[in-house]
Amino acid sequence: MSGASVTRGAVAPPTYYKVGSIKRERRWALIGAYAALAVFVVFFLTPPFYMLVTSLKSSGEIADLSGNPWIVSSPTLENYRELLTQGNYVTHFLNSVIVTLAVVAITMVISIFAAFALSRMRFWGSTMLATGVFLTYLVPETLLFIPLFQIIGGLGLYNNLLAMILIYPTLTVPFTTWIMIGYFASIPKELDEAALIDGANHFQMLWKIFIPVALPGILAAMIFAFTVSWAQFLYPMAFLVSSEQMVLTVGIVSDLIRGDTFQWGKIMAGALMAAAPPLLVYAFLMDYYIAGLTAGATKG
Amino acid sequence: MADGNVVMARGMPAAVAPPQKGTLHRIARRRSTLAFLMTLPLLAVIGGLVAYPFFYALYLSMLNKRMTRFVGIDNFTFLLSRETFQAVIWQSVLFAVSAVIAKALIGFILAHVLHALPAKGQRKWRGMLLVPWVIPPAVSTLAWWWMFDPSYSAINWVLTTVGVPPVAWLGEPSWARFSVILVNVWYGAPFFMIMYLAALKSVPDQLYEAAAIDGATGWQKLRYVTVPMMKNIIAITVLFSLIVTFANFDIVRILTNGGPQDKTHIFGTYAFQVGIQSGDIPLGSAVSLFMFPILAVFAIFVLRDVTRRNKEMTG
Repeated sequence: MSGASVTRGAVAPPTYYKVGSIKRERRWALIGAYAALAVFVVFFLTPPFYMLVTSLKSSGEIADLSGNPWIVSSPTLENYRELLTQGNYVTHFLNSVIVTLAVVAITMVISIFAAFALSRMRFWGSTMLATGVFLTYLVPETLLFIPLFQIIGGLGLYNNLLAMILIYPTLTVPFTTWIMIGYFASIPKELDEAALIDGANHFQMLWKIFIPVALPGILAAMIFAFTVSWAQFLYPMAFLVSSEQMVLTVGIVSDLIRGDTFQWGKIMAGALMAAAPPLLVYAFLMDYYIAGLTAGATKG
Repeated sequence: MADGNVVMARGMPAAVAPPQKGTLHRIARRRSTLAFLMTLPLLAVIGGLVAYPFFYALYLSMLNKRMTRFVGIDNFTFLLSRETFQAVIWQSVLFAVSAVIAKALIGFILAHVLHALPAKGQRKWRGMLLVPWVIPPAVSTLAWWWMFDPSYSAINWVLTTVGVPPVAWLGEPSWARFSVILVNVWYGAPFFMIMYLAALKSVPDQLYEAAAIDGATGWQKLRYVTVPMMKNIIAITVLFSLIVTFANFDIVRILTNGGPQDKTHIFGTYAFQVGIQSGDIPLGSAVSLFMFPILAVFAIFVLRDVTRRNKEMTG
């Protein structure tokens, strides 16, 4: 923070001074910028770093209060091995994978069709519906989880993974539809006309023109749906109870804390592995990830 | 449906003359039916799992605890009269407002600093700075929880090494409030950064050049060029973040679970405790419905921007 204010100060010397010192000013501004960045990178990356450090410690080393907690003296992969061979961690991971894949698929089908209809075939109330879609995106899950609890119970889906697959789309579909409307609307109308003249029907138009052209948008929307369903915490917390049906976000805590015993090494190892899929997607598809994040605003 | 189109397609090349009115009419009619069918799944999701639960929540909130009797607004007046709930309202507002201000400021500073860097290094730094947003908060909060641990706190170890007395991060009400806000800021600031960075990149360079020719200082450029150009995105990001932060659940639930002495409860966690854990579904839905008026006000502001975008799109 102080680095940035230094930057501001350095850019504003008296005007007559300015001519000869632009280069020097720029250098100081850059140094200030890097200092500020370094401070925040440390702040932002400390928790994941500490996760890694703890996950490599044995329980004996974690309990030892005499040493420096930020370093590992004898690294071990025991925590990871135990997680992957004993207990239900692998089940939770697979459950998360199943739910996420299903939700991403359902989300994309629903939102691509809806966005195509809303951006290209104007019909009665279509603009209102587009606005309504965005409005549902603003409805947070904490507002609806109690009535949904009753509804899920009524459907007999309490403590069932299917309930997650049914409910998660309410969190993903509105925003992905919104992203897809934006992408589809930017496709020039001449392309559809050309397709219509060549005798394509609407499905062919969607499949052969819109989906290939809007592929970056589709990827961005898929990444969004993936991160949302992978990270969802409240619904599994409220609607799932047994360990076999649990997903990762809740499973780590509910399985590894027994009364007052915290197996911190295993908790951190589990947390790190749970964070890995979104981190990997982010590392390899960073541009699409960011496009999905900012799509809502930059088009406004 | 497909058959009809194929027939039409075969007819097309021959039909150089304008098609008759009847056909056109039929196409138009069929097109809107098709469009309706395509949006049907979306309507089902929104209607069945968002709109219906909302009205159902209204109904539930007006029942007594055993859900046998209609009690009107008794649940709401009961909640308002309780000190714990008044504290929840106050804490939710404090939590959301202070966290959003901090996130917006940090995001603004980081976006500016990043924007000033040469393009090559920018990607690398941006990549590292977005990490808190990428990790699921339910997972990263576990790391914070462990760092705040009363006896093994790694942060306290650093403090003691520097010579500062250790802090009871989650044990003392005011520190616990600070901690949940800190973690929320840690998680959300990168989002602001990335939004502002996108906005900064869309400000045309000519504006800065013109300002420089007019002799504007760095501060003046920020005040009269950057901020007005980014006003829309700042507004929409702040409003969106207010909604999300206000309705937060996972961070508070994992870190403090509302404690100590219910001092860190916000609407989401309190509704969970009352509605699911204590099994008072009507009272729980009343708690979450209290969020609605506040969220609705925010949403109206966001919506103004959004409808403008819709109009631009059609126009």
